[in-house]
Order: sequence, then structure tokens, then C-alpha cells
Amino acid sequence: MAIITMREAISQALWEEMERDQRVFIIGEEVGLWGGTYAVTRGFYDHFGADRVRDTPIAEGAIVGAANGAAMAGLRPIAEMMTINFAFLAMDQIVNQAAKMHSMFGGQMTVPVVIRAVGGGGRQLGATHSHTPDVVFAHFPGLKVVAPGTPYDAKGLLKEAIRIDDPVLFIENATLYQAKGEVPPEDYTEPIGVSKIQRQGKDVTIVTYSKMLQLSLKAAEQLASEGIEAEIVDLRSLRPLDMEPVIQSFKKTNRAVIAEEGYRSYGIGAEVAARIYEAALDYVDAPIRRVAQKEVPLPYNRDLEQLALPQIQDVVDAVKGVLYG
Amino acid sequence: MADVVSMPKLGFDMAEGKLVRWVKSEGEAIQKGEVLAEIETDKATVEVEALVGGVVRKHLISEDTSVPVGEPIAVIGTADESIDLDSLLAGSTAAAAGAPAEPGTEAPSIKTTTLAAEPKDEDTDGRLPEGVRASPLARRLAEENKLDLARVNGSGPQGRIVVRDVREALGAKSVGRPAAPSYAPRETRPSERIPLTRLRAAIGRRMSAAKQQVPHFYVTSEIDASPVMSMRAQLNASLPDDQKMSVNDFVVKAAALALHELPAINASLDGDAIVRHGEINVGVAVALDAGLMTMVVRQADLKPLLTLSQEIRTLAARARSGKVRPEDVEGSTFTVSNLGMFNVDHFIAIINPPEAAILAVGSVRETPVVRDGQIVPGKLMQVTLSADHRVTDGAEGARWLEIFRSFMEQPMRLVMDELAGG
Repeated sequence: MAIITMREAISQALWEEMERDQRVFIIGEEVGLWGGTYAVTRGFYDHFGADRVRDTPIAEGAIVGAANGAAMAGLRPIAEMMTINFAFLAMDQIVNQAAKMHSMFGGQMTVPVVIRAVGGGGRQLGATHSHTPDVVFAHFPGLKVVAPGTPYDAKGLLKEAIRIDDPVLFIENATLYQAKGEVPPEDYTEPIGVSKIQRQGKDVTIVTYSKMLQLSLKAAEQLASEGIEAEIVDLRSLRPLDMEPVIQSFKKTNRAVIAEEGYRSYGIGAEVAARIYEAALDYVDAPIRRVAQKEVPLPYNRDLEQLALPQIQDVVDAVKGVLYG
Repeated sequence: MADVVSMPKLGFDMAEGKLVRWVKSEGEAIQKGEVLAEIETDKATVEVEALVGGVVRKHLISEDTSVPVGEPIAVIGTADESIDLDSLLAGSTAAAAGAPAEPGTEAPSIKTTTLAAEPKDEDTDGRLPEGVRASPLARRLAEENKLDLARVNGSGPQGRIVVRDVREALGAKSVGRPAAPSYAPRETRPSERIPLTRLRAAIGRRMSAAKQQVPHFYVTSEIDASPVMSMRAQLNASLPDDQKMSVNDFVVKAAALALHELPAINASLDGDAIVRHGEINVGVAVALDAGLMTMVVRQADLKPLLTLSQEIRTLAARARSGKVRPEDVEGSTFTVSNLGMFNVDHFIAIINPPEAAILAVGSVRETPVVRDGQIVPGKLMQVTLSADHRVTDGAEGARWLEIFRSFMEQPMRLVMDELAGG
């Protein structure tokens, strides 16, 4: 099995799906001639041509709007938001159009659009370009929100997103593009809405996804050297949210830490913790802890930025906190 | 006519009680004498029985709520009668003078926080709710295993009982045989800080108050236990294993009869008067893992020895299982504390207020005694009476001990009333 980067895995998924299905096309800023701001679509323009790799003006509402229309007309558009911060400009098209169309018009049409958006902080891009607003989009029924944490899942989930008829927001964390992992050469998809145990353990359950999965895996190694075995549940998609593996794991460990890169208030951690308390109160042996971003506009200064973002040590500390270590 | 059930006064100094669990839910039928709820005082978790039968029409407080003694907690009526709750409660609270002010009349306070303040993971400001702090998992496991959490030390933050504490407590219970001794070099144990259980804290408060406020004096006597031991052996020979009598049963009966003969010791100081209690209710100290509980044998002087013995056994079992009833722990007028089973020569006990005296009983020891000028093998037991000098004096204490000794040394007298048909 080849070991490739997340960037390569996403790129492969797009390439293979475009080869497989002529209806699949890419639309976004700098996706064509430039090859993508994060070089995910490098070489696509030359291979697939300008019709299927379409550069657009800087107009996110128009990008998603056009993609929605194309999807309703029978194509399989992949709209790229250069960063998820710009998706705020396309908010209406994403949560009010793509997400609503199918149910508001009695199922007359589907909107099989995939919106790829690059998110996350930590690259000194300033507060406005460093959001991790995943939960904002996950709030709305009608939209699937996927956020992979490994190259394997990125490729399989993206292919699934392209093939299903529902609108999907596919969130890629920019700091994960260099993350490496095994990806099989053959065609495969991963189901959306199924959480996955990424590490087995018995002492504590860490619920996480995306970049914080990678940090949590490292935290778990550190904890293992001290005799603490953490089980890590990767949500992979925030909507639908598959709690079953989380609850199963929690019933075993009785203690949980939820790690996310976004803000703590009204966050993924709050939602997951509430669902654990609802489903497994009698298994709770310690208050659930949340690891999240400090509640400030993310600083530009490198040290301050890192201080505001959740780190490996924060996960380690939270785990020890719930274990009273 | 519906009846209001009020928070009972379960202890001499109980001001409020916490409703731990409703045993009967609203709408459930209840018979007179059935357990309605479990209430926690600072001594124990006790069961509250219904004084009337009917249907539990309403719970007036929720679980885990503390209310003052006398506050209405439930209404029992018939299944279909219409109940005017307001007038019913007005009638019942009017009687409870000095009830606290209406809740909810305080102006709501407004809290401000700074923009970036993050909530702490756990409240650590030291102000804790009353009652046992335990995780839901620990509570469930304890419930399933009928373990009283008041007896468990918590190792979580601020003494919260977590599941490992319950497992340890259950493990300690089930371990039958100590592990084989190990002769590996001993390691220094780290220092530990163990938060007080409610029971431990209550014992501390009561005993500190007793030692500070009650002027104790002590009278010790040595008793020939041979007659009691021989009578006990004869009786036990014909009793099944689960009914065999202990030395302490004889001591309690002898003490009760001695109190009947000398009522000055069966007394309490109350302001500028001494109350001589009509009933002789003997408290029997029961050692538990988490501390000491005094279980009360009511009217011990009137009960036949075998009945008394069975009652003490039942009470001790209830104390150990944590299912203590109000009357089990309240109303004692004298206490017997017996460490005889622990191989102690003698000890002195602290008075359990508002009682005036307590008897500390040591082991029965085989020892040479002089009888009719001859040294012969004998069985001696040392007892020490601690008494409240505000209520009685040394001479009276000594007289009481003499009476007690005469019962112990002529144990047939302990069953005379039974022989006489009384």
C-alpha cells in the first residue's frame, strides 16, 4: 500500500472521479491555470480542459450558486472555496439553497454538489483567514459536512461525496495537506456518517476529527508511554453525526475528552458531550472535558497563534484531568 | 382526607434532612408502614415509612433536595379524592412555627464575565453541595451492589466518589482471606489526604462537642465474667448458629436493668433541669468501615434476652447495609460500647450526648483470681462507666456499676422477669 500525503489523496480522488464520470467538473478560484491555491488540482487543467476545470472571478456566492444550478441540471460539480473563510460569502447558497432545495420542492430535484473548503488556523494568516467554522455549517440539516483526518479517509470520503446525490461540504484542514498515510491503489469509497475508531484503548475516549485527530494520535502515544491507553473515535463527518462508536467506547472507558480545533462555545465538544450525557449518564465517572481553541480572534503573531490553538499537550492534560492524574 | 407527610426529625440536633430517593412514586399505592422515601441526615441514610396507607398523590420536593424538619414533603390520599393542596399545606405549615422565609423572594443577581473568560472544567471554588458527591457510574454501581456511598471515601476531585472507589469498597467486602504475606522490602507510602465522609465528620462534630462541653468522670470495675460465660455457653448450645448470643447481649440487658434500678443515670441535662427518661433505650455502638454508628434498642429492660439479642443482630445488619431507619439511631438514653472482641483490657468511651453516661466494655480475660483465699483460674471483664458530672457524681456512678456487676455476676437475674412471666 502506498504512503501518500493528504494533498495527493484528495487530488487522486478528484482525478479518478473525473475520469470515471464525465459529469464531474471543478469550479473555483485559481483551480485551473494556477493548479489550485494549495496545488490540489495541479495538472487538471491541462488534462481535463477548461470546460471541466473552470476558473472563476472572486465571487464565492456565484461559484456555489452556479455549482448548485449545474447540479440541479444533472452535472456533478465540485465547487472549491479557496478558504472556508470565504464560504461565509456563499453562506446563502450553501445553507439556504443547496441544503434546502431537495426538501422544499418536494424531492423534484437533487443537488449533488460537493463544496471543497480549506479551513483551519496555524499558518499566520490572521484572524479573518484562519477560521475553523465547521460547526457553523454542521448546524443545518440538509447538508452533509465531512472533515477527514487521514489520507485514506480523505480519498474514500471525497469519492463518496462526489457519488451521492446530497450536497456535501468537504472541509480540508490546510495544515493536514502534508500528513501522510497509507492509501490503497484500488478504487474505494468510505461511507459518510460513520465514525471510526482510529486507536484502541481502555482508559479514556478521545472524540475528535480532522487535524485534532492527528494531534490526538500523538497525544495518545505520549499517554501510552505513561501507561494510559486512550481510545480515539474519529467522527469523520459532523453531519450526519454517528455517535454509536462514541457511546460504545464511552461505556467502556467511562471518561471522555473531546478535541476540536474550533471554539469551545456551542462547539462540537458541547454537542458530543451532551449526547454522551443523554445516552450514557449512568456510565459517567468524571465530567467530560473539551479541548478547543481559545475564545479570541486568532492572533497573527506566531507564538500567540499557537497559544490560542489547541495543542498535543492540551489533549494530554485534558486526558489526565478526566483521569485525575 | 389526605395526609401531609413532613420531613421527620431523625436526630436530636437535626435541623434539616435531604431527600435522597423517592421509593414510592406519585400515583403509587402505599401501605401503612411501607417505605416512602430515603432521607439522609448527617448520621445515616434512613428510610421513612408511611404512617397512613393510600396513594402517593404528590411529591412536594424533588430528590436531592434538603428541607427543614417539619416541612411538608409529600401528600398521601385516596386514589380519587380531590385535594386542595394549598389549604392542606396551609394547615400543616401553620403548625410548623419558625418556618424559614419563602424562597424565591430574593432579587435575582446578575453576573458579569469578561469576554475571553472560559469556563473552568470543574468548579473548584470549594463551595460544595451538601450530601454525597459521587459520579453517576459510581452511584449506579453502588446501588446495584447495595453499597451505602456515605461509607465510601472518594478519591476524585474534592472527594468525589468515582467508580474505582466503589470497586475498591466492594472488593474489600468480598475479599475473604488476606493475601499471603510478602517479604519484599517495604516501600514508603506517599502521604494521602482523605476527605471526611459525612459519617466521619458527624462523629467528629459530636464527639468534639461532647468532650469539650460535657465534664466526664470515669469509674472502672472488674467483673467476674465466669457466670455469664457459662450461662451463655449453655444457652448457645441449644441455639442455631444464626441465633447464638454474644457477651454484649448480656451486657446490654444487665445495663438496662441497672438503669431501671438507678434511673439517675438514665438521664439528660436539659438547661437548668435533669430529665430522667421513662424509657430505657440502650444504644449499641456498631463499628463500620466508615466509622461508628449507635443503633438503639428500645426499652431494652423490658425485652427478653433472646429477643434483645435478635434485635441487636438485626440492627447491626441494617447499619452495615446502610439501610438504617429513623428509630434505629434516635432516642437512645444510654450507650454500651464493647471492644471485647478486639482483645483489649479496658478503654474509656466518650459520652454520646444528650445521654448522661456510656459504658465501655473490655475483653473477657482468663486470669488468676483469688477466691476464698485460693488462687484459681477466673474470667474477668473490665468495664468503665463515663458519666456526665453535671448530671451525676462518682458515688452514684459507682453504685450503678455495683448494680450492673450484680446482674452480670448473677446472670440468672437477667432472665428472672421471663421466668416470672413478665
